[in-house]
Amino acid sequence: MSNTCRFIENGETRAESDLSDLVWPNDPAAIPDWVYTDRRVYDLEQQRIFRGRTWNYVALEVELPKPGDFIRSYIGETPIVVVRGQDGEINAFENRCAHRGVEFCKTYRGSAKQFVCPYHQWTYDLTGKLKSVPFRRGVQGQGGMPPDFKMEEHGLRRLSVTTRRGAIFASCADDMESLEDYLGPDMLDQYDTMFDGRPLKLLGIHRNIIPGNWKLYQENLKDPYHATLLHTYLTTFGLFVAGNKTLIVADEKGRHSSLCSRRPEGRLESDATTSQIGSFHATMKLADPRVLELIKESDSPWNSNAITIWPNLIAIRQSNIFSVRHIVPMGPDEFMLIWVNFGFADDTPEMEAHRLRQNNIFGPGGFIGIDDNEAIKFVNDGLQRSQPRPGVVSLGRDDEPPETVITDRAIRGMYRHYREAMGL
Amino acid sequence: MVEDFNCDYADTLDRGEIEKWPDFFTDDGVYRLIARDNAESNLPLPLMYCDGKGMLKDRAYAIAHTEMFAPRYTMHQIAQVRILGFEDDIVSAQANYVLYETLIDEPTHLLQCGKYHDRFLLQGDRLLLKQRNCIYDTLLIPTCIVFPP
Ligand code: FES
Ligand SMILES: [Fe+2]
Repeated sequence: MSNTCRFIENGETRAESDLSDLVWPNDPAAIPDWVYTDRRVYDLEQQRIFRGRTWNYVALEVELPKPGDFIRSYIGETPIVVVRGQDGEINAFENRCAHRGVEFCKTYRGSAKQFVCPYHQWTYDLTGKLKSVPFRRGVQGQGGMPPDFKMEEHGLRRLSVTTRRGAIFASCADDMESLEDYLGPDMLDQYDTMFDGRPLKLLGIHRNIIPGNWKLYQENLKDPYHATLLHTYLTTFGLFVAGNKTLIVADEKGRHSSLCSRRPEGRLESDATTSQIGSFHATMKLADPRVLELIKESDSPWNSNAITIWPNLIAIRQSNIFSVRHIVPMGPDEFMLIWVNFGFADDTPEMEAHRLRQNNIFGPGGFIGIDDNEAIKFVNDGLQRSQPRPGVVSLGRDDEPPETVITDRAIRGMYRHYREAMGL
Repeated sequence: MVEDFNCDYADTLDRGEIEKWPDFFTDDGVYRLIARDNAESNLPLPLMYCDGKGMLKDRAYAIAHTEMFAPRYTMHQIAQVRILGFEDDIVSAQANYVLYETLIDEPTHLLQCGKYHDRFLLQGDRLLLKQRNCIYDTLLIPTCIVFPP
């Protein structure tokens, strides 16, 4: 029998805090400060969103190629372990011993036949089932666990797991719809552009911690307005700029979205559009243009897809960069980002070198990665140090053509879903 | 000599003269900033990667002119320089580095500690970096890394 211990929070909840002092402004284009700062809201998000009816990204299959391979990961703020069982199936469970709560897995990755908690050596199999308890019957007839102690009730709390084309998702709910239904047809199409079926090759991982609420990062990737203003590398070299062929896709509920863009041939001229972009740098030339080279490897009409999958995944395809960013909330005003970058198993050494060079654009040291991380910290500085004042997301319309670039449509969609999921 | 080189390198960066940074390298110089976890797991992805002077200059230009970030001071401390070998005109060396960062209205914080793994070209009476691999222990980066360690 496999491990049946679960999180029981679906439906069943601990006493909820009183949130009646938090009032959403009577304007669909206003976002109140307290969604980014209030501890009670944060705790409720962990329960209703991350431990609720969502599929959370937790790992790439290429990180656990063989039976016994595992990584540390997170669902929301909760540490978990993702492991490939002896049968090749992927299991995920809480990284917390069922005895006295030890976070037992302290390495990023490894390979194991079983997990032994270091504190009192309770031992779990690769499905999280409790296999042995030292001195369960005591010593010389004295002590030990009570006779009615049931091993099967003291496994690690396990999660539902699903995979698609190399990415692994987990849920605390045990009756989730399929990932395909969760994404909906349009977002599934976007997902499959990113994970196009080729076997992946792991290139490496960056980790950083950003002062700010985790939702600011989802918003950032649903915000084409900033993309065409803040980022010199995107605007000047046409990677994403107002005037490009663009498409904004969202699922029916507004939780997931994708910003698609197509690079123009050659470089942009100064014109009426670029003249409004402070970051556009008409005279800028690269001493080594290899970084921006676009090597064709796909039939997609888009050269970039910035995909957000609710609640914790950003998947980026930009020119020849492929990476996922795993959002890990760490309190109302802090989150961790785990950037997992990959290429494909059939990459030539030249292609891999090219991806590594191009990856200078993103990440916590990237030409535009720095811009976003700093911008989010600045938002947090504003939130923490000033008096509350709602944010404004009124660009564009909700029924506009999907090619519209100067719009907050995707952000408004996310908050419509958020309010429903949170009951706010 | 390596110590003097590192002193100049640190002073130049800490004065904020990022556009002089490429001058410390040969034309084919390689700079990599890599998380120790990636390095030890044979994962090739650097956080910053410059393959040749062109890319070093483009990185310096981006920092000086195009990236958006809060103004900051950096302070490099480079210690435990060790010469590992000297063959033809190539000196292999390593050193420990610590990088502090100071932003407006915030206390100074530790941004990174790590190790330089260097290969220098001895050219007349001066050294130039053919390769600097910075392997950092500070895996969880506070916000971001703007100036190269
Ligand atoms: S806390 Fe894990 S065995 Fe006691
Ligand atoms: Fe951005």
